[in-house]
Amino acid sequence: MKEISVRKIEDAIASMCGEIAVVYNSGIRNALLAAKEAETTEKASAVMDILIQNAEIAEKERIPICQDTGMAIVFLKIGQDVHLTDGSLNEAVNRGVERGYTDNLLRASVVADPLYERKNTKTNTPAVIYTEITDGEKVEVEIMAKGFGSENKSAVKMLTMADGEKGVIDFVCDTVEKAGPNACPPFVIGVGIGGTFDYCALLSKKALLREAGTHHSNEKFAELEEKLLERINELNIGPMGFHGKTTALAVNVEEAPTHIAGMPVAVNVCCHVCRHAKAVIE
Amino acid sequence: MRRVNLPLSKEDILTLKAGEPVLLNGEIYTARDAAHKKLHELIEQGKELPFEIENATIYYVGPTPAKEGQAIGSAGPTTSGRMDPFTPELLDHGLKGMIGKGRRNAAVKESIVKNRAVYFVAVGGAGALLSHSIVKREPVAFEELLAEALTKLTVRDFPCFVGIDCEGNDIYDLD
Repeated sequence: MKEISVRKIEDAIASMCGEIAVVYNSGIRNALLAAKEAETTEKASAVMDILIQNAEIAEKERIPICQDTGMAIVFLKIGQDVHLTDGSLNEAVNRGVERGYTDNLLRASVVADPLYERKNTKTNTPAVIYTEITDGEKVEVEIMAKGFGSENKSAVKMLTMADGEKGVIDFVCDTVEKAGPNACPPFVIGVGIGGTFDYCALLSKKALLREAGTHHSNEKFAELEEKLLERINELNIGPMGFHGKTTALAVNVEEAPTHIAGMPVAVNVCCHVCRHAKAVIE
Repeated sequence: MRRVNLPLSKEDILTLKAGEPVLLNGEIYTARDAAHKKLHELIEQGKELPFEIENATIYYVGPTPAKEGQAIGSAGPTTSGRMDPFTPELLDHGLKGMIGKGRRNAAVKESIVKNRAVYFVAVGGAGALLSHSIVKREPVAFEELLAEALTKLTVRDFPCFVGIDCEGNDIYDLD
């Protein structure tokens, strides 16, 4: 059995919150540079220039890439041979988010009571926390800071076997079309296929954690990712909706077994500011 | 690139064309979801608004906190469509300019044409770059709303595009 202090998890989260707010990960950065080269019209090129300049300013001056510094979603994988010490894990996670957001002057965007009071909690907590028990004796902490302009345009649909690949492609393209200029294209699109109503949504979020430019390990799903990217970019929404070749920078698909009667599909739309990072604590 | 002074002049409003890139200069007010709801409640109660809305421009933004020595933190546009339910009323009360991102609904477009106003779109997810064009920020009202508070900004060469012009042409529907 291995003892790991929850304070290490807290520190890792605080530090990742600050970093992902100001630095694009390399997959997105490369995709943005490629998109800048691909765009030919005046307005689409102007947008790509602004996004690339913005990335440089953000990193150099440590100003958040986007003012919507997101809601924190924390994915924990805890080895079953780990014993967590120094207090509550959930409290440590939220303390990490609070420190990360307050110390780095990120925006507090979380409101308690989503319907009536909508009162800002001032700390950007609570985070959404997913905890998974795995083999081994280490803790993996992955964090995503999800902006809501794009989250608002995400969707779940309960397809069935007969809908097939065409059904999936149509639903993904339809969702992206509805997201249009509002959700800050160029996008990263996470697609979850299978599981249940709720689990496919989680899969679509996990799909966004995979680096842009990488592919699903199963060849068929890797091909589906390419097909989807091509079809989405034919929609001609383009950077900021000003039309152009780049509507999405990447499409990542995750799948899981499902029931004989169904094929749930979820589409998690993410703007180009697709912020996530991972730390392993041993 | 065309420089436009704020508050918007009648001449600028009539000649700005959808799709045109512009640099805005002057004073604008920040207000997003919660502040719009509060403005609507004040109007409904027949109370005075906390700022001069006549000819004003509103920027839909909830910035990050400013670092010491800076006027504002990251400050890009938020999705304008969420403000659509409140917008025609504000335009009827004298609002002339709005800055945000994304599409507006038919009622807003109609009201823009009726009231001779302009909707500008800025690049979403470029809050660090846009913060360089904001030189001053002063509190005005609803401070309890934190990032959503109503504040007054002074902008210099703030880059954006004409989104919907006073004739109802829409940047997103151009070829």
